[in-house]
Amino acid sequence: MTARRLARRLAFGGFVALLMAPTVFFFYWMLSLSLKTDVDNLSNPPVLVPHALTLKNYVYVFQSSPLPRYAVNSVVVGVGSTALALLLGVPAGYGIARSRRYGMALLILVARITPALSFLIPWFLLFQQLGLSNTYHALIVSHLIIGLPLVIWIMMGFFEGVHPDLEDAALIDGCSRFGSFLRVALPLTRPGIVVSGILAFIFSWNNLIFAVVLAGPKLQTLPVAVFNVMSFEQINWGPLAAAALMITAPVLLLTLAVQRHIVASLAAGGLKG
Amino acid sequence: MAVDAQVMARSRRSRRGRGHHVYTLMILPAAVTILLIIAFPLAYTLWMAVHEYSMGASGPPPFVGLANYRQLLSNERFLEAIPRTFLFTLIGVLGPTILGTTAALVFARPFPGRGFLRTVFSLPMMATPVSIALIWQMMFHPQLGILNYLLSLIGIGPQPWIFSRTSVLPSLAMVETWQWTPFVMLIVLGGLAALPTEPYEAARIDGASRWQVLRYIALPLVWPYIMVAIILRAIDALKTFDIIYVMTQGGPGTASETLNIYLYLQAFAFYNIGLASAVVVVYFLLLMVMSVGLLITRQKTSWQ
Repeated sequence: MTARRLARRLAFGGFVALLMAPTVFFFYWMLSLSLKTDVDNLSNPPVLVPHALTLKNYVYVFQSSPLPRYAVNSVVVGVGSTALALLLGVPAGYGIARSRRYGMALLILVARITPALSFLIPWFLLFQQLGLSNTYHALIVSHLIIGLPLVIWIMMGFFEGVHPDLEDAALIDGCSRFGSFLRVALPLTRPGIVVSGILAFIFSWNNLIFAVVLAGPKLQTLPVAVFNVMSFEQINWGPLAAAALMITAPVLLLTLAVQRHIVASLAAGGLKG
Repeated sequence: MAVDAQVMARSRRSRRGRGHHVYTLMILPAAVTILLIIAFPLAYTLWMAVHEYSMGASGPPPFVGLANYRQLLSNERFLEAIPRTFLFTLIGVLGPTILGTTAALVFARPFPGRGFLRTVFSLPMMATPVSIALIWQMMFHPQLGILNYLLSLIGIGPQPWIFSRTSVLPSLAMVETWQWTPFVMLIVLGGLAALPTEPYEAARIDGASRWQVLRYIALPLVWPYIMVAIILRAIDALKTFDIIYVMTQGGPGTASETLNIYLYLQAFAFYNIGLASAVVVVYFLLLMVMSVGLLITRQKTSWQ
């Protein structure tokens, strides 16, 4: 009996390991490519366990490209668009949840379905005519299309979870409707605000296409910068892997830090940029 | 007491109803913003699609009627991109759906380290696509890549992966599957968590095997969630841009040029704005028809 149970457990464990293998191996390989020497990286057969670890690739990335400047661009655009998305989206999510006007939700679904490129052609022409192309403004506004629907959608769900009776008490005590939103509903849904903000930031940080089209050389965000470098240095794997790891590391760490909330919201919303 | 309760209920109702203008004011800024960033471009695109736009020309672009659409219908590159997009989408939906549902069934059972492993499992969908594409490109390398080495360990010969016209699309769809399996897993897992446990217990007591419980109880109950995952996955797979653009830019030749890549090249490499706008319209209709079709399917299946 116990032997059979043990066998079953081992089989289940093996299955879990099999399921995790592609993901774990991918990130291991990314890390390993970034820490290995050129000799190890270009050897055939490939070196699975590095002979020696080196930080040379990371140093090379910083010396050969203005990575900090691109990081500043990414942060400005990410923080700017996320702040705007929260400012507009949180009250809207509350308004929709309380007044049950789900027509807005439909509008959000259309935004979810439409390919980014179909916004980009008119924007590109418009921003050019307004003299806004190649500015932070253009990038922040364009990234709003990723963050705003996401924030509204997630916050709608969170506000629906706040029982109206809680706010009725505030209203009876003479609080205005907007006041009860600020003092009752908002504090209760803080986890939703944190999660939707983080997700909006992550999807803005990850975005490639908006900045490829709308940003000039000086305003490139990290993904664009790495993509451009890549076309020149096809086989210089170590530095490329180091750059790839550095731009995605903040996102992975954020995900791990707030894992449970993010997982729940993503499952509920099914929304991504 | 009863009257009291009635009065309370009425006043509560009216209090909730009366605040509508406040709610409208709260929704308005976001609604206007979304309309501006969505409706304006769509209207502009419809207009562009019937005009001949050229960069730097002075004066308004001339009206050309349906010429852009006609050009599109006789454009081989466009016509070839459509079945290619559907093949990519088919693999990019089936792969994550099957693997993601399997993973959800595994993660629905309690085991030590489950929470952490689930988060690690969901990292591919959060990671920066450019980084993902970059590393996969290195792994696909025919001579120095790790994938061909791993295949050689189990006695399979080297594959050309993204470097051959025939294998490029399945290889890209494999990356897409790797990236988005966690997305399906999270949605289905959410569904499994919301299910009642009584039917399982009853069936187990009645002597049903694990497989029977899965096949006849769990899967039918969670099917609406799987359908939602399929709908969202289909929309996203049709729109996939980053990983294809970074790894192949539509190559070799045009072998991985999907609609989205074709659209990008027409608009921002060749500046055929009129033609590209016509592509957007067709593409948008395609996405709408598919979304509505899938939604109807979902309605039908959830009634059963």
